[in-house]
Amino acid sequence: MKLLNLLALSVSALTVMGSGAMAQSGLEGMTIGFSQIGSESGWRAAETSVTRQQAEEWGVNLQFSDAQQRQENQIRAIRSFIAQDVDAILLAPVVATGWEEVLSEAKDAEIPVVLLDRGIEGPEDLYLTSVASDQVLEGRVAGEWLVDAVAGEDCRVVELQGTVGSSPAINRKQGFEEAIAGADNIEIVRSQTGDFTRAQGKQVMEGFLRAENGGADICALYAHNDDMAVGAIQAISEAGLTPGEDILVVSIDAVPDIFTAIAAGEANATVELTPNMAGPAFEALAAYLNDGVEPEKFIITESRLYTAEDDPEGEAERRRGLGY
Amino acid sequence: MPEPVLSAAHIDKSFLDNKVLDDVGIDLMPGEIHALLGENGAGKSTLIKILTGAYTHDAGTILLDGKPVHPRDTKHAQEMGVGTVYQEVNLLPNMTVAENLYIGRQPLKFGLVDNRKMERDARALLSRYQLNVDVGSQLDTYSVAVQQIVAIARAVDISGKVLILDEPTASLDQHEVEVLFGILQRLKADGLAIVFITHFLDQVYEIADRATVLRNGRRVGSRAMADLPRMDLVTMMLGHAIADTHALRIGGGRQPGGLFASFKDYALAGKAAPFDLDLHEGEIVGVAGLLGSGRTEMARLLFGIDRPDSGELTVKGKPCKLREPRDAIALGFGFAPEDRKVDGILGDLTVRENIAIALQARQGWTRPLSQKAQVDLADRFVRALDIRTTGIEQPVKFLSGGNQQKVVLARWLATNPKLLILDEPTRGIDVGAHAEIIRMINSLCDQGMSLLVISSELDEIVAYSSRVLVLRDRAISGELRGAHISVGAIVKMIAMQPEVQDA
Amino acid sequence: MSRPLRSFIKPQFIALALILLLNWILFPGFFNLFFRDGRLYGSLIDVLNRGAPVAILAIGMTAVIATRGIDLSVGAVMAIAGAVAATMVGDGHPLFLVIMAALAAGLVCGLWNGSLVALLGLQPIIATLILMVAGRGIAQTITEGFIVTFNDPGLIFMGSGSILGLPTPIIIMVTLAALATAAFRLTALGLFVEAIGVNRSASTYAGLRSRALLIGVYTFAGFCAAISGIIAAADIRGADANNVGLWLELDAILAVVIGGTSLMGGRFSIPMSVVGALIIQAMNTGILVSGFPPEFNLLVKAALIIVILVVQSPLAGRIWYFIAPSRKRPPPSSPAETPATSTEGTLK
Repeated sequence: MKLLNLLALSVSALTVMGSGAMAQSGLEGMTIGFSQIGSESGWRAAETSVTRQQAEEWGVNLQFSDAQQRQENQIRAIRSFIAQDVDAILLAPVVATGWEEVLSEAKDAEIPVVLLDRGIEGPEDLYLTSVASDQVLEGRVAGEWLVDAVAGEDCRVVELQGTVGSSPAINRKQGFEEAIAGADNIEIVRSQTGDFTRAQGKQVMEGFLRAENGGADICALYAHNDDMAVGAIQAISEAGLTPGEDILVVSIDAVPDIFTAIAAGEANATVELTPNMAGPAFEALAAYLNDGVEPEKFIITESRLYTAEDDPEGEAERRRGLGY
Repeated sequence: MPEPVLSAAHIDKSFLDNKVLDDVGIDLMPGEIHALLGENGAGKSTLIKILTGAYTHDAGTILLDGKPVHPRDTKHAQEMGVGTVYQEVNLLPNMTVAENLYIGRQPLKFGLVDNRKMERDARALLSRYQLNVDVGSQLDTYSVAVQQIVAIARAVDISGKVLILDEPTASLDQHEVEVLFGILQRLKADGLAIVFITHFLDQVYEIADRATVLRNGRRVGSRAMADLPRMDLVTMMLGHAIADTHALRIGGGRQPGGLFASFKDYALAGKAAPFDLDLHEGEIVGVAGLLGSGRTEMARLLFGIDRPDSGELTVKGKPCKLREPRDAIALGFGFAPEDRKVDGILGDLTVRENIAIALQARQGWTRPLSQKAQVDLADRFVRALDIRTTGIEQPVKFLSGGNQQKVVLARWLATNPKLLILDEPTRGIDVGAHAEIIRMINSLCDQGMSLLVISSELDEIVAYSSRVLVLRDRAISGELRGAHISVGAIVKMIAMQPEVQDA
Repeated sequence: MSRPLRSFIKPQFIALALILLLNWILFPGFFNLFFRDGRLYGSLIDVLNRGAPVAILAIGMTAVIATRGIDLSVGAVMAIAGAVAATMVGDGHPLFLVIMAALAAGLVCGLWNGSLVALLGLQPIIATLILMVAGRGIAQTITEGFIVTFNDPGLIFMGSGSILGLPTPIIIMVTLAALATAAFRLTALGLFVEAIGVNRSASTYAGLRSRALLIGVYTFAGFCAAISGIIAAADIRGADANNVGLWLELDAILAVVIGGTSLMGGRFSIPMSVVGALIIQAMNTGILVSGFPPEFNLLVKAALIIVILVVQSPLAGRIWYFIAPSRKRPPPSSPAETPATSTEGTLK
C-alpha cells in the first residue's frame, strides 16, 4: 500500500513537472515582469515560488519585484518593467483601485498585463486577462463533497467563517450554502467567525462543542480556511471526540498542515486554492503573443478537492517545499 | 507737572476668596521708565494683567489720558495704547519677522496680503530700532534678544502709549541688555511710558526713573529712583524696618557641634556659582536672598537632584557623591521642596503612606514596614505635628496646604535625618501652623540635627538661624553669624552695590 | 455593612455575575460542568481557560498602568515568545531551556521598553508602540514567515494540559496572579509603584529609585506577555507570528481599566484586573455559545463595555453614594473615594 502510494506520488509529480517541461513552449527567452504584493501569508510565498518554477519551465526570464504591501511600489515596478520593454507583465494588485494611469502606460507600450489572484476596478481593456480562483466555486466544491460524504444521512454542520465582511468569507459561505441547498438532510446549525486564525478557530469550536451537547450533535465542520480547521481539530480532540470520524472536517486552501491532518485521519477534505496562477497566465500569454489569440477576460483556476485518497503525506511534503 | 498717561487707582482683585490685589495704584508718566518691583506673589503679574485687559478688576479705576477705560481683552488694550512684551516672547517662531510684526493687521492688496509692502514697512519700522535683519527670514533664526526687539517694535507700533516689559532681561547677556536699554532710552525720549518688571536691582538703578513696590497684594509705595537708597528699596520689597534688630532669637545661643557635611567648590553652570558650605551638627543655617538669587538651585544641588559640574562633598570626613536624592537620603539628608504639590506630596496616597514613604524607600522594598508600624508612625506624627486630618487613611490631597507641609515634614522626620533642607517651609501656611513649624524646627536641632532653611521671610530666618547665608546672583555673597544676624544686616547685604568691575 | 462584605460588592463582580447570568439565559447549559479524562469541562472552565492569556497580560499591564504608563507591545511580545518557543522546541532543545529562552525573550523586550521610558524619557505610548510594530516583524523573522508547528507534549501541556483537573492556563493564571499580588503587597513594591504613578517627581525626592522601578514594571509586563505567548502557542501547537496576540494589548488595557485601575496611575489591584479580563472573556464566550450571527459580535461587546464603564464611572459612584442608604463615607468629592474605584480592600 505504502509502496503504491509512493509510486502514485512519483507518477503524479512527474506529470505535474514533466508535462510543463515538454509541452510548455512559446515563451522561451522572453522577459516577463512580476509585481508581487509581498509575502504576508504562506500561500503568497507559495505563489511566488510556483511562479518562479513555472517561469523556469517555460524558459521565461522572470523579473520579480516584491511590493511589500504598497501600491506605490507596484506602480514603480510596472513603470520600470515598461522602461525595460518587457514582453509581458504579471500583476498581483494589492488594492483594487488606482491602476488606470499606469496600466494605460503599459497598454500604450503594447505590453500585455495579466492580473493574478485579485481583480481591479476599472476598464477591462487595461489588462489582457485576469487569472483567479472562484471563491464561490471553492465553497461549492466543499459543500458538494459533504453532500456526497454523508450520503443522505442527517447532518448538522457548524461553520467557521472568515473575517466578517471579507470577500472570501462571503463567497465561500455562499458557495457552500448553494451546494447544500438541495440536500434537506444537511443543515448549518451554528456559524461564527474565527478570523481565519488557528487560535480563534480553536476557541470558537470549543464554544460550538459546548453549545451542541459536547459535540455529540455536530456531524460536520466547514471552515473557510485550513488554519481555522487545524485549530478546531484540536478543540474536537480535546473535547474527547475523534475529528474526522465523530465530526467530519472540510475546509479550503490546501495548506501543508491540513494534509498532515488528513493523513492522520483528523480532517477529511480540503479544496485547493492553487498557488499556480502563473501557469494559466503563461499559457494565455503564449497563445496571445505567438498566435494573437485573445484569451478569455477571466481565467478561473481549478478548485481541486483533496481527500485522504490524494496522498496527503506527499502533498504536505511537496507544499512545504513551496514556502507555505 | 504733566498728566499721567495711564493712572490706575484703588484696584482690587480676588480669586475666589483669595484677595491678590488690595487697593493698588500706579501712575505712569509719558517719557518715564517705571520699575514695578516685588517678591513672588506680591501681585505684579496680576496688576499687569489687569492693565492689559487679560483680567478684569473687581474694583478701582483705570484712566488712560484722563479718561476711564475698561479693557475687555489684551487686543482691546493694545488698540487703546497699552502693549505688553512678556519674558517668553509671545510671537510665532515659525513665521517671518515681517509677518510677526504685522500679523492680524497685514496690509492687503486685492484682498490678499501684500507681502512686498509688508516687508518694506517692516524694514522701515525696524530701522528705527537700528535692527538690521532680513525681515523675510523666519523669526526663530534670530536670537532671543532680536526676537524681543521685534516684539517691542510690534507692541510700540500697535499701541504707542504704554509699553509693559515683563522680565525682559532674564535671558539676555550683558551686551544684549545694553542694546535693549539703548532702545528703551530712545522710546522714553519719544514720550512712551515704559513699565519694567525685573528681579535685577542693579538694572533698576541703571534704567528706571521711578519704582512702584508691591508686597502681598498692596502697594508699599512709589518713589523716584534718585532719592531711593538701595537699603530702602529692599526694605520696601521685603517689608521690614531696618531698625528691627530685636526680633525674637532662638537660634543665636546654640553652640554648633562637630562638622557634619562639607561642600567644596560646588557649582553648576547657569544655576550656582562655585560655593563652599560647611554644615555642623545641631546648627541652623538660614539662606536668604531675593527671588532668582539661586536659593532653590542651591538646595537642589545639596540634595542631589541636580548634579554639580564640579565640587566635592565630604560627610563626617568621608568623601561622598550625590548622583540622585537617594544617595543624599542614604547619608541622612532630607528635603522638603518649595513646591509641595509638584515635588512633595503624593496626592492620591494616604497620610499614612505619605509619612512612611521615605523611611520605606530607605529600608528598601524587600523590608516592608508592617501595617502596624506604619499606623504607629503616622499616628505619632499626626499627634506631634498636630496634622489636621479626618484620619491617617485620608488621601493627603484633601488636606490644607499647611497640613500637607506638615505631612512632608513628618515624612523626613520619620527617617531621623541628620541634615534637613527646608525650602520655604512656611509658604502659604496660616499663622498658627507657621508658629508650630518654627517651634518644631528649633526643637529638632536640639537633638543634633543640622538644618538648612531657605526662606523669603526674613523674620523667620533671623528667629532661628545660628548662621545666615545671603545669596545674590546665584552666588553666596555674604554670611552673618550669631549676634550679627538681624533683618537689617540681611537687607543690607542683599542690597549691597555690586563690586565695580571692569567691563 | 461590614467591611469585607462591602468590599466584595464591587461593580466588577456585579458585572461579571450579570454577564454570566445573561449567558445562562441565552444558553441554559452554561453552568454545566462535567469531568472527563481527569479534567473539568464546561463553559465556565472555558471562560477561565480562554481568559487566561489576557488575564496574564493584564497582570503585567496593571503594574505598568499604575506607574501612569502603558504597554502597547505585549501582543507583539507574545508573538516573539511563542516564536522562540516553537522554533527552539522544533530544533529539539529540552523543554526547560525552551521555556527559559521564551521567558528571557519577554524579559529582554520589557527591558527595552522600560529603558526607553525610564532612561530616554520617551512617552510610554510611543516607546512601546515601537516594539508593537517591530515585534511582530521580529517574530516573523524567527519563524521565517511560517506557522511553526510542534508536537512536543511538554510544551503542548502548557496550553492544553491539565493540573488537578483544571486546564494548565488557569493554574498558571491563578498562580501568577497570587505570586504577583504577594510580591507587590507583601513587600513595599506596590506602595512604590503607586507612589511613582501618583507623582514621579515627589517619589524621586522621597528616595525611590523611579527609573529602576519603571524599568522593573515594564520588564515584568514583558515577562507576563512571554508567559501568555507560550500558552497561546502551546494552545494551537504552533507559533502564528501574524496573528497570535493580535490586539490583545487593547483587551489587556481594557481589563485593567474595568478592574478599576486608573490610566492616570496610582492605586492598582491585580486581582481586580484578572476579574476584568474574565469579564471580557465571559462576554466573548457568551457570544460564541449564544448563536448570534458574527456580525453582531463587536456591537454586543462594545455595548456591554460601555455599560460596565459607565457603571464604574466616578459620576455613577457619586449617584450610588447618594442613593445607597446609611453608608458612612467621607464626602464624595473625589473619584478616588467613591466605592467604584476604591481599592483599599486590596491594600489590607
